[in-house]
Amino acid sequence: MMVHLASPREFYAFSLRWSRRIGAVTALLLFVGLYLGLFVAPPDYQQGDSYRIMFVHVPSAWMSLFIYSILAGAGAVALIWRVKVAEVVAAASAPIGAAFTALALATGSIWGKPMWGTFWVWDARLTSELVLLFLYLGYIALDAAIEDRRTASRAAAILALVGVVDLPIIHYSVEWWNTLHQGPTVTKLGAPSIHPSMLAPLLVMALAFTGYYLALMLVRARCELLVRERGSAWVQEIAAADGGTPP
Amino acid sequence: MSRQSGLGRACLGLIRRDLLCVSRHRAEAANPLLFFAMVATIFPIALGPDPKVLAAIGPGAIWASALLSTLLSLEGMFRPDLEDGSIEQLLLCPHPLPVLVLAKVCAHWLATGLPLLLLTPLLALQFGLTMESTTTLLLSLVLGTPALSLLGAVGVALTVGLRGAGLLLALLLLPLYLPILIFATGAGGAVQRGLAPSAHLNMLTALLVLALTLAPIAAAAALRVRG
Repeated sequence: MMVHLASPREFYAFSLRWSRRIGAVTALLLFVGLYLGLFVAPPDYQQGDSYRIMFVHVPSAWMSLFIYSILAGAGAVALIWRVKVAEVVAAASAPIGAAFTALALATGSIWGKPMWGTFWVWDARLTSELVLLFLYLGYIALDAAIEDRRTASRAAAILALVGVVDLPIIHYSVEWWNTLHQGPTVTKLGAPSIHPSMLAPLLVMALAFTGYYLALMLVRARCELLVRERGSAWVQEIAAADGGTPP
Repeated sequence: MSRQSGLGRACLGLIRRDLLCVSRHRAEAANPLLFFAMVATIFPIALGPDPKVLAAIGPGAIWASALLSTLLSLEGMFRPDLEDGSIEQLLLCPHPLPVLVLAKVCAHWLATGLPLLLLTPLLALQFGLTMESTTTLLLSLVLGTPALSLLGAVGVALTVGLRGAGLLLALLLLPLYLPILIFATGAGGAVQRGLAPSAHLNMLTALLVLALTLAPIAAAAALRVRG
């Protein structure tokens, strides 16, 4: 059903049609989510109001993993079927994913200062999120280092696939490393059953972040596609229709 | 049958050729080893010569040195071949590329990993490690350094010939090397606390088997993409 999107021209039209709509829905969700999170949800009985950073922190952390799996998935499609659009989607996603990872780390340490008394602990989750950031940056660096865009995308796709195999191993090895060395010095929330009044804004925010990613990715992919396909007839048509000089 | 033996001959030939190249450039081949010894010497100087501290950090310091020295030596796996064009012969050759890559990795490990292992007891002496600690360290290096070379092959295949390839290689590989480092140094830590290191060594073996299975395929795919 989505197969026609593999054509760059179709994808361009799709992106043009949907990025605005998704963006509008995202803005609405973000507004609702922030309102619910900042005004409706009650303060936590232990953490007071500072827990509210979770409504940004947790969706960012989810997005960081989600987008890495997109990198790997799109990379696999690009390698196996040589779909140009998949290459472009991966290239457009990587910086967004890196930004979400950095945001998750930053909000985490801002929250950690009042809660744990320190900006950084070598906690297993923090460490594996940091390693994820390094993986993203390595991906971006490799993509930037190779001049030919198609070769760069396919090389980066291999790296993403290797990374996606290694990521669970990194996660569990780090978890083991931490518990073996210093024991649980920082007890996390465990798995408390979160109250619906806090869960609702969290889920709305997660949806909003996903929408933000989709809208931004579509715009970025559209631009990247125009650059990569600048020699093709349909881009020339668009340029001519726009009144610009064909590249 | 004849093709199989052809593959075996090709692999042996490849290993022999690579080792011959190494033996013709002995000074170059010794550099990673020297680097290994020097980095391991940096630690006592930076952290102070307290024997207790040194014995505690010894396995970790030696492992970190081994990791860095491997990173430096990796580029040699494919760069000479890229420069003299023999990499294209590898790509054109009728034998399965992943197996040939595995042969190249073997040669690389024999030329860099093995000497590193031989030097390790000497460094362990400098750090004042016990006999038991040293044995575990050696075991972890035996299991870990081939995994470093295997994963490294993927990184080199992706970056060979690029500008700033060496630094890029380190950026790509260090995060991927993390589990190997964790389990290897975990084994050393277990021994020092009087526990059996077998759990860590088992995990390290599992990682090695995984790398042995998948890394040559990924490296071959990377060579084809770049080629």
